[in-house]
Amino acid sequence: MSMQDVITDYIRDEYLEDEAQSVELDTPLISSGIVDSFSMVSLKTFLENKYNIKIPDEEATPEAFDTVRKIMELVRKFAPDAG
Amino acid sequence: MAYSDQTRASYQQLLAGIRDDGLFKEERYIHSEQGVEIAVEYPAGNPPKEVLNFCANNYLGLSSHPEVVKAAHEGLDTRGYGMSSVRFICGTQDIHRQLENKLTAFLETEDTVLFPSCMDANAGLFEAVLTQDDVMIADRLVHASIVDGVRLCSAKYDTFKHSDMAHLEKKLQEHQSARYRMVLTDGVFSMDGDVAKLDQICELADKYDAMVMVDDSHATGFIGKRGKGTHEHCGVLGRIDVITTTLGKALGGASGGCVSGRRELVEMCRQRARPYLFSNTVAPVVVYAANKVMDIISATTERRDKLEANTRYWREGLTKAGFDLKEGETPIVPIMLYNAKLAQDFARDLFAEGIYVIGFFFPVVAKGAARIRTQLSAAHEREHLDKGLAAFKKVGEKYGILGLKKDEIITKYGL
Repeated sequence: MSMQDVITDYIRDEYLEDEAQSVELDTPLISSGIVDSFSMVSLKTFLENKYNIKIPDEEATPEAFDTVRKIMELVRKFAPDAG
Repeated sequence: MAYSDQTRASYQQLLAGIRDDGLFKEERYIHSEQGVEIAVEYPAGNPPKEVLNFCANNYLGLSSHPEVVKAAHEGLDTRGYGMSSVRFICGTQDIHRQLENKLTAFLETEDTVLFPSCMDANAGLFEAVLTQDDVMIADRLVHASIVDGVRLCSAKYDTFKHSDMAHLEKKLQEHQSARYRMVLTDGVFSMDGDVAKLDQICELADKYDAMVMVDDSHATGFIGKRGKGTHEHCGVLGRIDVITTTLGKALGGASGGCVSGRRELVEMCRQRARPYLFSNTVAPVVVYAANKVMDIISATTERRDKLEANTRYWREGLTKAGFDLKEGETPIVPIMLYNAKLAQDFARDLFAEGIYVIGFFFPVVAKGAARIRTQLSAAHEREHLDKGLAAFKKVGEKYGILGLKKDEIITKYGL
């Protein structure tokens, strides 16, 4: 499963209330209210466990988590071989 | 660094951005005591306008109740104005402990400690009782003060989908390795007016060895047959480990809050909670009057019964008129409009009709879930409610939304 699919699936299960809602590569997550900054913590923990990385709090900003594309960039910064 | 022109300009730009986003909050000056019939100066500079208040947290109508005001006068005359101290130096009078004991008896808990506000109670509680070995699992719609308290605490935290018990169970399973688990929720959620499923939360907490914390600020005094709160309503009296609540809403509405619950947790707050340790004691006049409030609501359920009847009448009236309401049974009654501009225009037109309400929209509520939140009070009389209903109907007709369902309103006005 690609990193994009892994992250998208997690977001769908963890955050979406409405099954009709879709999450694409550039769908705004935090600025659109799909994920609020308070609830972002579980996504951060998921990424850290899944890719065996530690994302420093100062890097885990709402901006860095705002789209699947940005999240993938963040993960790759700490796990260059993550795919 | 001086407050240079550049610094000033950058803040001005920030404020302009808030205005441009439509998020600038403006105060409305009230020229009367708090109550149902109030005089509001809005916009600033205009002569005060007599309006009916449907947006106060004055659920029991005690904010300006003659007996409460009289008690406040007595408190002022006998105990003075200020204490000039935090609680543990020389800021605790006998009336402070008396009020804590009355709250303990009313809430049916083990002990209570007062805080300057419930905001402070929530900000101070978690770091006083939990450590980095523990985890807090919060409903995603908890009040901002719980979010702040969570952020101030070294314990790990996680969240679950609003009132989704399957998701909470999953989270409790995931965090079994923590020393302590604490589930955090509001009792009544302030924007939707829905009640937490405390019976199911307590079941899960028992099953997965977790403590339960409830902020009952929008419930204490009127939810449950004797008004004790959501724990009474859900049949879990004695099973909630920590309740935080406020004196600033139904219980007289002045200021102050508390942590009430397990004796040791309350004592930890006395020893460690920073807003308790480093902020001034609740003023004697407030404490004296709050003691009176506790006497009133402990003696009779008359006021919460009237509030319940008012809520029913209001909900029925709005439903009959054709409004789309959030289902519920609490005196927080949201009228769904979905579109942010419509919610603002609707509130403005109601004000012109003499009805004071506020429109809420993103980011205060979810995007596309804009609404007018109305709040009932035991101080509302039938004629106030009828006047309010007539005004809502008139404005609803103007915007052509009566009888429309969610999708139809969205089709007409967009999100």
